[in-house]
Amino acid sequence: MMNSLPEPILEMRGIGKRFPGVIANENVSFDIHRGEVHSLLGENGAGKSTLMKILYGLYQPDSGEIRLNGEEVKLTSPADAISHGICMIHQHFMLVPTLTVTENVALGLRSSRHPLTDLRIIASRIRELSETFGLQVDPDVFVWQLAVGERQRVEIIKALYRDASILILDEPTAVLTPNEVDDLFVTFKQMVKDGRSLIFISHKLHEVLSLSDRITVLRNGRVTGQTDPCDTNREHLAQMMVGRAVNLAPDKPPVTMGEPRLTVQDLFVEGDRGTDAVCGLSLEIRGGEVLGIAGVSGNGQRELAEAICGLRKSKSGQVKIDGSNVSGCDPRTVRQAGLSYVPEERMRDGAIGEFNVMENLMLLDHGEKTFCRNGFLRFNPIHRHCKKLVAEYAVKTPNMETPAKNLSGGNLQKLILARELSGNPKVLIAAQPTRGVDIGAAEYIHARLSHQRSNGTATLVISEDLDEVFALSDRIAVMFEGRIMGIVAREVATREFIGLMMAGVDPDSPEVDYCRPKDLPEDTEIS
Amino acid sequence: MSDLFTTTILIATVASGIRLATPFLLASLGEALGQRSGVLNLGVDGVMLLGAFSAYYTVLRTGNLWLGICVGLFIGGLIGLFYAFITVNLCAQQGVSGIGIYLFGLGMSDLLFQKLVGTPRPILPFAPFRIPLLSDIPVIGEMFFEHSLIVYIAFLLVPIGTLLINRTTFGMNVRAIGENPEAADSLGVSIAKVRYSTLIIGSSLAGLAGAALAIELGIFQQNLTNAMGFIAIALVYFGAWRPVGVMAGSLVFGLVTSVVLLAKTLGIIPRSASDLAAMTPAIITILALVFVANRFRQPTALTKPYIRGD
Repeated sequence: MMNSLPEPILEMRGIGKRFPGVIANENVSFDIHRGEVHSLLGENGAGKSTLMKILYGLYQPDSGEIRLNGEEVKLTSPADAISHGICMIHQHFMLVPTLTVTENVALGLRSSRHPLTDLRIIASRIRELSETFGLQVDPDVFVWQLAVGERQRVEIIKALYRDASILILDEPTAVLTPNEVDDLFVTFKQMVKDGRSLIFISHKLHEVLSLSDRITVLRNGRVTGQTDPCDTNREHLAQMMVGRAVNLAPDKPPVTMGEPRLTVQDLFVEGDRGTDAVCGLSLEIRGGEVLGIAGVSGNGQRELAEAICGLRKSKSGQVKIDGSNVSGCDPRTVRQAGLSYVPEERMRDGAIGEFNVMENLMLLDHGEKTFCRNGFLRFNPIHRHCKKLVAEYAVKTPNMETPAKNLSGGNLQKLILARELSGNPKVLIAAQPTRGVDIGAAEYIHARLSHQRSNGTATLVISEDLDEVFALSDRIAVMFEGRIMGIVAREVATREFIGLMMAGVDPDSPEVDYCRPKDLPEDTEIS
Repeated sequence: MSDLFTTTILIATVASGIRLATPFLLASLGEALGQRSGVLNLGVDGVMLLGAFSAYYTVLRTGNLWLGICVGLFIGGLIGLFYAFITVNLCAQQGVSGIGIYLFGLGMSDLLFQKLVGTPRPILPFAPFRIPLLSDIPVIGEMFFEHSLIVYIAFLLVPIGTLLINRTTFGMNVRAIGENPEAADSLGVSIAKVRYSTLIIGSSLAGLAGAALAIELGIFQQNLTNAMGFIAIALVYFGAWRPVGVMAGSLVFGLVTSVVLLAKTLGIIPRSASDLAAMTPAIITILALVFVANRFRQPTALTKPYIRGD
């Protein structure tokens, strides 16, 4: 029998999986050919992870079947999946920091010198693999000594060492700089050429478009579409994910910028490890302006935000809000000067999980005269106020008494925005405002931040997501090792230029000439 | 004459320090193994008591010291199996379930003693085993090479444990599971198998420690260990979860105890202050812990039950 299409190496047919109260997967079919990159796209809770956990043997499907090379298999554990050539590279690295690279690779493998380890043999094979696939890594160092990009390479080597024919890549680019992503994609293409199949999970639409041979979109546990990257575009993909048209870039009406509202001068802040996390940083944001800080997490962004808010002591330097010096003040004073803060860790720093929606909305204003008399809370006006906020900010919650921990990431973030923006702040710091948030909610949050810009708020957006920084900012600053590498106007910034600075390359060095912004407007500064 | 006297005292002090250190060493080696795999067992003292009683009772009935040792080991392993079931399968809070094990051991050993023995009757301890040639070295021979076999076994377990942890696949799995069980699980290493093994081995060693203690003293009584198991847990932190470190801690503790005993016997410490002096080893351990322990990080997954997909 002749068949023009080759058999897929993996086929998942009619997969169904239910959890109490949730249908995670319903009649999902997915296949992949040898040497193909097949992307899985979908919002949080769309069922991507469930499907992949089924493939990796972590969950058992309620219905449906998995076929490998045409034969039905039952995958009951990760070890089972690995023995069938399926490896998964998890979003949160599955590495043991206190072991060496070699030991991490050796883990779970049968040693040729059992019961003793055979680390030397493994190390030499790692060197071979890293040469073949361009994955620079020293087998003898401890994983805790490695940077994020290097850890990613260890994960890939782990999979290659097990001779994986199918690799599940769960948001592998989430923590990388754009240049590291480029390098990683070169490796991926090498692996595909080598005959391996990649299942790529990401919510970064442009990455999915540039890497995939095929794209499958999931929504609410069902497949809503399958397409070739050449037949689609970002807007179309986003629409398939969300189920309605999505505006990926918020409208940015022109605003007249006012006086500087937030000024940071020569700020030094100590990090948790006792070293300087912020080293002599200066910036200025005017009313109606959004300054986006791009950079890989851990380069002092959190410390900077906390120091401005008074949550962390600064060693030296000045922070001014609307001209008044707030350096060294406690958080309450800083807030009274007109600052609002949307923290990076929503559940830890932004809300109290056990408190209900109403209590969380009132965390700031419960002492105001309208809401409190002689130390007693006045529940009627509080209730009215919260109802208004919930409606205005489209927070989806069963009722006011729902604990905040039961809200989805997007709804919790809307709740925090409602609390932080209702006083129309002079200065707003928003750290990773849409991390882990669905496209639909992200769209709303971006629109809100943009609205605040029109109201004359000076906004500092800290984000690892370059798309977000580009979508929101008027100017883009890059933070690296506690310093600002450079600040560029949005109109002239390129991803390459920002990416190089994120990797710590000096913007004045000749290395960046090819992507240096050409026509810098007069007021643009490059430090 | 006085020189000879000093040497004799020195030898006796060091030798008794090593003997005193042995139960601590056995128990803390076992505890360290369990903790390296991410499970804290606060019940060491209870396991020691049960190990001590079962060994004592076996020797009392059969007169066979080695059978007593084996029974102590076995009872320890049995409790380890039970504790593994509670912490690995039922994912119980390790702090509080360890205390449960301790209270169970404390009560059960006393109950069995009252029911089965009643009035304390002594048993004969091991005769010292003189290692040929080595025990003939003056001074050093008497200090180190004239002990019961259990002492040698305990100290032999130090290099064996080091080898096990650092050079075998089992040891690598233990270390990985104590730091990041998810990573190990994702590579097909069975968390349950490894933790069951470490807890059974660890608890057997605690049982052995109790057996060694009872046979060394030749007696059993209520709360024979007098919280030695808790000191053993402290020594794990002191030794930074490494067999050699644990041995150093046990030796310090044993030697200080021995010196205090000697000082009391010689009347250097007045009777009125002897209770105070008895606290010295504990105080020194606490001080050492303050200065040493915080320099090393404990296994990241310590006390955290592993639940897949959580």
